[in-house]
Amino acid sequence: MTALLDVRGVSRFFGGLAALSDVSFTVEKGEILGLIGPNGAGKTTMFNVVNGFYRPSQGEVFFKGQRISGLKPHQICQRGLARTFQVVKPLQRMSTLDNVVASAFLRSKTKAAALKKAEEILRFTGLWEERDMISRGLPLGSRKRLEIARALATEPDLLLLDEACAGLNPTELEESIEIIRKIKERGITIMIIEHHMKVIMAISDRIVVLTYGQKLAEGTPEQIRGNAQVVKAYLGDGDED
Amino acid sequence: MPRWTPLAVAALLALVPLLPLSSYLMHIFILVIMWAIIGMAWNLLGGYTGLVSFGHAAFFGLGAYSAGVVYQRLGWSGWWGLPVAVVVVALFSLVMGIVVLRLRGPYFNLSTLAIGEVLRVTAQNLDKLTQGDLGILLKHRSWTDKQNFYWVILLLALGTFYAIKALVGSRLGYYFVAIREDQDAAESLGIDTTLYKTIALTVSGVLTGLAGAFYFNYMGYIDPKVVFDLPGISILAIMIVMVGGAATQTGPLVGSLIMVLLAEWVRSIPKLGAAHMSVFGVLLILIIIFLPNGLVGDFGKIRRLFAGKKAS
Repeated sequence: MTALLDVRGVSRFFGGLAALSDVSFTVEKGEILGLIGPNGAGKTTMFNVVNGFYRPSQGEVFFKGQRISGLKPHQICQRGLARTFQVVKPLQRMSTLDNVVASAFLRSKTKAAALKKAEEILRFTGLWEERDMISRGLPLGSRKRLEIARALATEPDLLLLDEACAGLNPTELEESIEIIRKIKERGITIMIIEHHMKVIMAISDRIVVLTYGQKLAEGTPEQIRGNAQVVKAYLGDGDED
Repeated sequence: MPRWTPLAVAALLALVPLLPLSSYLMHIFILVIMWAIIGMAWNLLGGYTGLVSFGHAAFFGLGAYSAGVVYQRLGWSGWWGLPVAVVVVALFSLVMGIVVLRLRGPYFNLSTLAIGEVLRVTAQNLDKLTQGDLGILLKHRSWTDKQNFYWVILLLALGTFYAIKALVGSRLGYYFVAIREDQDAAESLGIDTTLYKTIALTVSGVLTGLAGAFYFNYMGYIDPKVVFDLPGISILAIMIVMVGGAATQTGPLVGSLIMVLLAEWVRSIPKLGAAHMSVFGVLLILIIIFLPNGLVGDFGKIRRLFAGKKAS
């Protein structure tokens, strides 16, 4: 069986700097893959390559067996790959509901269908009570969840979560972990970037570790925890995250 | 607002020519309605989609010259200019979109400014087609009195209002606003931003072009300095929407009423009249500071202000 997402030898250069060099990994259908690494390791760059914001300088990306590198982000989203942003990008002067309706239109023929879809997603993510608030005014925890809700409304097969839990208080953190688990139960595959080691160890089926744009290790949470190189990458540089 | 309100307002307005109004007053009514159309068109692109154009004179002038050229060169009625303007401006918008819609923010704004000016200079120099600065004169206007012109432009305005209302309430409207709020987010949510920006630009351009084609038939004379004018057309379109309220359905109507009346009034003041653009400039600054969402958008704020005065 082919992997849902297949990243093959991807490099991305910015001027002379290699933000990613020759990284390969796969995401299998139904799993949660954690992507970790110190700051500046190239995690978000990898998301930008997979999602189509950047073209890989070298290498290719395949999704459901088809090559997607070189396509535009909206074409990749239409093929069933959605993402959230580390720095949240709510459609600020739109209500929470309208934010989700705008993305629900992708798979809805009519406005009524898009509204229905949006309601279901907002209830699922616990944002229904805040549906009429202008999204600029939402607290950070809700804005992070709105990112997830919007991405879900496009009915993805693969969801890329870029630090969906950063900056949340413990209660919000619990809620978000619960939502991510429920998303997996819906049959959606997830690739997640996260700095919270507790979160990533608890929810990931497998983990890929990046440092300086290269893949350092790959394995189950237990294997990663016991990997001396990974521990060194995190602790050796004095980066306690 | 109930669904029939705009229709009822239009029906009332349709009765205006039956009143014993002077020709000058009818002229003002026609100008207000024509500018309301241009304002609504600009608002679709600048207000809803967030693509602020400084070059809507390009569309207005192209529409006016579509009518002028079919009249002058082909000997057709100037009214054929309306359908011809739709085709000409639509094609022009599509080509223009390929160039300017790649640009974002200030670069987009400046490129639209340049296109308006480029078209003006082109029209001035393309003598064989446009008669250059000589302009095009319509020898016989269709009607000597104003009432028929009034009804034509009112019908155009009503059509524009409902077309934009339908557009904004649909999938397209959501996509336009999503593009305005965050183009990268919109793109990553599966919205083909280039396609939808092109649609907004084309619809906005075509509606403005229709107003231009009407202008030729109504005024009976056009020249490049008038119909491709930067302050007189492009900037006035922006002012109308800013004063009335960007991304609101009635804002451009209110803005047009105020700006046309204000322009007429200021021009009639001795000495100050020549400086009416300066007066507009000061007004724009005040609006941006105190009512950034325009009279319609900040209506709640204005009402609170007056309510507060009564209470104290």
